[in-house]
Amino acid sequence: MTDTTTTTRDDGPAAPDDEAAVTGRQKGLSGTIGSYLDKLRGGDVGSLPALLGLVVLVGVFSALRPTSFTNAFNFANLINQSAAVIVIAMGLVFVLLLGEIDLSAGFTAGTGGAVMGIVVTRQDQPWPLAVAAGLATGAVIGACIGLLVARLGIPSFVVTLAAFLGLQGVLLQLIGEGGSIPVRDSTLIALNNSTLPVWLGWLLVASVVGGYALAAVRHEQKRRASGLVTAGMQVVLAKALVLGVLLVAATAYLSQERSLNPALTSIKGVPVVVVLLVALLVVLTFVLQRTAFGRHVYAVGGNAEAARRSGIDVKRVRLICFVICSSLATVAGLLLASRSNGITPSTGGAETLLYAVGAAVIGGTSLFGGKGKVSDAVLGGLVIAVIINGMGLLNQPAAVVFMVTGGVLLIAASVDALSRKRATASGRA
Amino acid sequence: MTAPQPVPTGPTDRARTSEEPLLQLRGVDKHFGAVQVLHGVDLDVYPGEVTALVGDNGAGKSTLIKGLAGIHVFDSGTYTFDGKPVHVTGPKQANALGIEVVYQDLALCDNLDIVHNLFLGRELTKGGRLDEAEMEKRAKDTLDGLSVRTVKSIRQTVASLSGGQRQTVAIARSVLWNSRLVILDEPTAALGVAQTEQVLKLVRRLADKGLAVVLISHNLNDVFEVADRVAVLYMGQMAAQVRLADVDRNEVVQLITSGRSGSAGLSAAQKLAATGGKEESR
Repeated sequence: MTDTTTTTRDDGPAAPDDEAAVTGRQKGLSGTIGSYLDKLRGGDVGSLPALLGLVVLVGVFSALRPTSFTNAFNFANLINQSAAVIVIAMGLVFVLLLGEIDLSAGFTAGTGGAVMGIVVTRQDQPWPLAVAAGLATGAVIGACIGLLVARLGIPSFVVTLAAFLGLQGVLLQLIGEGGSIPVRDSTLIALNNSTLPVWLGWLLVASVVGGYALAAVRHEQKRRASGLVTAGMQVVLAKALVLGVLLVAATAYLSQERSLNPALTSIKGVPVVVVLLVALLVVLTFVLQRTAFGRHVYAVGGNAEAARRSGIDVKRVRLICFVICSSLATVAGLLLASRSNGITPSTGGAETLLYAVGAAVIGGTSLFGGKGKVSDAVLGGLVIAVIINGMGLLNQPAAVVFMVTGGVLLIAASVDALSRKRATASGRA
Repeated sequence: MTAPQPVPTGPTDRARTSEEPLLQLRGVDKHFGAVQVLHGVDLDVYPGEVTALVGDNGAGKSTLIKGLAGIHVFDSGTYTFDGKPVHVTGPKQANALGIEVVYQDLALCDNLDIVHNLFLGRELTKGGRLDEAEMEKRAKDTLDGLSVRTVKSIRQTVASLSGGQRQTVAIARSVLWNSRLVILDEPTAALGVAQTEQVLKLVRRLADKGLAVVLISHNLNDVFEVADRVAVLYMGQMAAQVRLADVDRNEVVQLITSGRSGSAGLSAAQKLAATGGKEESR
């Protein structure tokens, strides 16, 4: 799995650089790298620890299990396994940015999945209706939590802990004691099991890279036209090039035949769920980084009182973030149902939520609020998936997997706390 | 304590002002529950001048400016802005009039950069997306216009700024919009000597640009250095509002501590009325 290794290593400057380009006062590649290093020294490490962690983990597992870990089948498997956790973590980023927490996101996923299962299987309705019902369930749950937190002022920890217990009961009630809701709809099953045709995978890569390059070049031109400091066209193109190389490599890897028995069935191409993940990543990143609402989310997380005095409707921002979080959790519920062909009372339970919180934090989202990105969820989710997957292949018992995952989360939280300390120290110097 | 009083209690020096006050309060009352905080307060603020608002702790300075800013609503009295009677019931309304407040505890978001903080809550958008380029340009122009040269990059986070720089950003934010009245709540309270000097210069520049400035301060050095007029609050009443050229430091101190100095200030009857009002409402 050497491709992934390069993926993660070179992705380093590409993702966090986005901001460095804006802050960079000097033009050109060296200036951009310099201001990024300045940022690191100031304690703003962003996703760098997660990237390094991913490289190390992939390196270690590749060395220990060169055949079973490092193959295209496992790579695709990794994506399908981690998709649900990544999507829950994407939603949690919004809530964590406020300095809040949603402990109920796991069972919100289960409940949303159960509602979808009831509509599509028991009521025999078409799948779009079922998906809509599932998402609506999430929105309602999020609105309830958001109202209790924002209007009544109950700490989100307590509200969502109550929702965690309550929704567990709701899920049990919906499914019935000891039962399960099977999902047989082929479209829903395909969502987190099938792959895109190879040509469509390439088309996806081309449009993502092309779209990125176009947006970046336009951004650069606009800043230049306004007479502002820019990173320089070479930086923009370099970043687009790195992104392109990485995605092309990953797609080429996934386009190989990876069926264990190619004569019987052929498995190749980019997993369908990647389309959903990319779409969510792009849309949610746009919302957080490029809209006034997103800016308000950061402001509320950074200093709620300042936000209030600036005329931001803090309660509304809180409410919307909880709705987004719960709605995304139900999207994850669909992915879980799709992956395991149905919903059981334990769907979204056990460690699902903790993995999702862990993913966001490992990716670089601060538990203290005000710092984080949607892409953190993807990176952190991959780190957790690699640990679980790799430890499984090393035939480690569940006990060890849990302990290692817990340790990694603790390290991530320590990095978060330390970088805050460092930022305070260097900031007030 | 209900009817707005048409006559100012404090002596204002009319002879020297050709201009109309930008903001005029007459007979403003405010109480919280049983506690009467402001008693028939009058205030005149003139464009192009720094009006210092002084008074001991609990004299009602904060309540007064929160009322001006629309955070609290005055119980009675008239609020005239630019010659027109207005009824300010919220911060947005005050902002729309061109009133900006720079709070003591800053109200900046540490995790956002200078540009983001300057436009906080009033981001410029274009087709639903933030217009970063335009915001950065206007932020730069505003800081240049105030001759602010101490910040390295306007894209650095506020967390990395010094106290004086943070205060500068907070003040710059208040003039970014077509503001006409800037209220500064103890802008130099937490600053060192050099930084205080810097901020006071900035305050003076605001007035020189034609804005009306209200400066709340405990530090009479600051007041005498930068202000044109001083308004003294004493136990919720406006003891006096005078030109600084007409008073000396001792008189101001007397006004702050006893509400009276020579012929200026509150009469014994007025002081009694204030306490009497308090007793009554309890």
